Amino acid sequence: MAVSVKNITVPRGKNWVDNTYIIPVIKGLIITLRHMFKKPIVLYYPENKKVLPPNYRGLHMLTRDEQGREKCVACEMCSTACPADCIRIVANDSGDVWKDNFENREKHPIVFEIDELRCIFCGMCVEACPEDAIDMTDMHNLADYTRQDFIYDKERLLGVYDEYIKRHPDHAKRRDGEFKAMKNSSYFSVVSVENAKKPGGH
Amino acid sequence: MSHDTQIKKEPSNLSSKQFRTDSPLIDQIPGRKRQILRESPESELKMEEFLLNVGPQHPSTHGVLRLVVALEGEVIKRCDPDLGYLHRTFEKISESRSYQQIVPFTDRMDYLGSMNANWGVAVAVEKLAKIEVPERAEYLRVIVSELNRIASHLMWMGAFGADIGAVTAFLYGFRERELILDMFEEICGSRLTYGYIRVGGVAEDITPKFDKLVREFLDILPAKLEDYHNLITGNPIFLERTRGVGAITLEEAISYGVTGPMLKACGMPWDLRKEEPYSVYPKFDFDIPVYYNGDCFDRFRVRMDEMVESAKIVIQALDGLPEGDYKVKKLARNIKPPVGDVYVRQEAPRGEYGVYMESDGSTKPNRVKYRTPSFSNLSILPLMTVGWKIADLVAILGSVDIVLGDVDR
Repeated sequence: MAVSVKNITVPRGKNWVDNTYIIPVIKGLIITLRHMFKKPIVLYYPENKKVLPPNYRGLHMLTRDEQGREKCVACEMCSTACPADCIRIVANDSGDVWKDNFENREKHPIVFEIDELRCIFCGMCVEACPEDAIDMTDMHNLADYTRQDFIYDKERLLGVYDEYIKRHPDHAKRRDGEFKAMKNSSYFSVVSVENAKKPGGH
Repeated sequence: MSHDTQIKKEPSNLSSKQFRTDSPLIDQIPGRKRQILRESPESELKMEEFLLNVGPQHPSTHGVLRLVVALEGEVIKRCDPDLGYLHRTFEKISESRSYQQIVPFTDRMDYLGSMNANWGVAVAVEKLAKIEVPERAEYLRVIVSELNRIASHLMWMGAFGADIGAVTAFLYGFRERELILDMFEEICGSRLTYGYIRVGGVAEDITPKFDKLVREFLDILPAKLEDYHNLITGNPIFLERTRGVGAITLEEAISYGVTGPMLKACGMPWDLRKEEPYSVYPKFDFDIPVYYNGDCFDRFRVRMDEMVESAKIVIQALDGLPEGDYKVKKLARNIKPPVGDVYVRQEAPRGEYGVYMESDGSTKPNRVKYRTPSFSNLSILPLMTVGWKIADLVAILGSVDIVLGDVDR
């Protein structure tokens, strides 16, 4: 098989100055050097962190009600809606044992597991939940040593809520009317920086 | 002053029979070929063709694409793309999920144009199940998908510049793309896998802050584009690397099923937003950029001009955004469309994106087929690269704008 012949016209400048690329290089340098006097747009992560919007789809949490109990009623709406099949719920009748703690509930999860490695973070479980029991946080830098560590059980998901609510005490429920107002407040500004100090020596 | 360089056809001792022409080039990786050639002593002296493995892990292949390139000196004799490293069975997955659950998976196909990927599936399901979408939702879909087109082209411009050697363009392109990602993060909570366009509308309504961010971005975009043009388009080094390189004719492009900016660079103003107007596109005033040389430089110019046109659409849609619902109020949790099939095609950033969906009346589709633009556009690569030098391969491949998630699905 032979190589087909192609005629290539190499564009050339009109005189020798164009062919030395001096002027184009200077032109390019003018554009790039202008940026030296502009404000840098980078953040010094991890010292400075970007504040993520409240609807950010990060790690899940199981929310608690006013008395500190989990809101989940084990209706399995979230596991049905999940495209990745990563939620496992084993429901228990809130019979005699749970009567004192969960008076108005028919069911109650004894196992609630989310496999965060299977999860595709689409947020459909949050939309499906009728009780606002499952929600997503802004935690996105998950790291662990084994695959087993990424299966978050009920206690851990409630722990995520406790940790999240400490950082965002005014985090209201997603579908509340105040959600939008909060979203547009300065607290959740995208551009604001938590810790505005610029570390030296970087 | 202009001078012509010619790639001359040298009389070669290497005959084609030394390669098993019946077998694909993939089998003849260098190690294995040496073994084959050692059997005949005369061929060892006459060995001229060189097989080069580009990828699958190579920065200029934009993902996990493997190119087996047969070289004669520096000149490419054959180029054989080897696909499938990122195959994740999305068609099969779609057939085993309910209709609403398909949408998040399409994010992972064309991950730079996720909004369009979501949109195609959403429209296919809506047509099957005869769901009427509110007008506000259609406007929002247009806004986000055009913003996504700008983001995709900015990302492409940066990657193409980095391929050619202009790393500054890479940084500038990503800087502006970041602003669009901030907008998407504001409305859907995710920066790459949006899942924003859903069956029956969109996931969330836009906020005043989103509106503000979009308008601010569209204000600064013309100045930024001028910067890019000064930095790249007018640069003679860039011109020499791209002008005339990898040129294809319109007939070749059509016969290979090439669509999108690559077809527009060949001189055909084929754009599904104009040819088969869908959604609310007929209401907007915009043009289709066309260039006629079909080379890398014209593909670059088409994409740069498309950003301007997309910005025009976004500002018109944002100004004319009607009040109302952003999604269908009552939508069944499990849609059961009547038996039938539908093919939906749309203009994605990379070309024609089509979804074929067949319903058997159950809650899951019977068959789903995605026609992705990157796959068809990549198919013309062997034709485009023959006769060019190995350094041009990077420029030609970059100008195709492939997304490997889109190629392999």
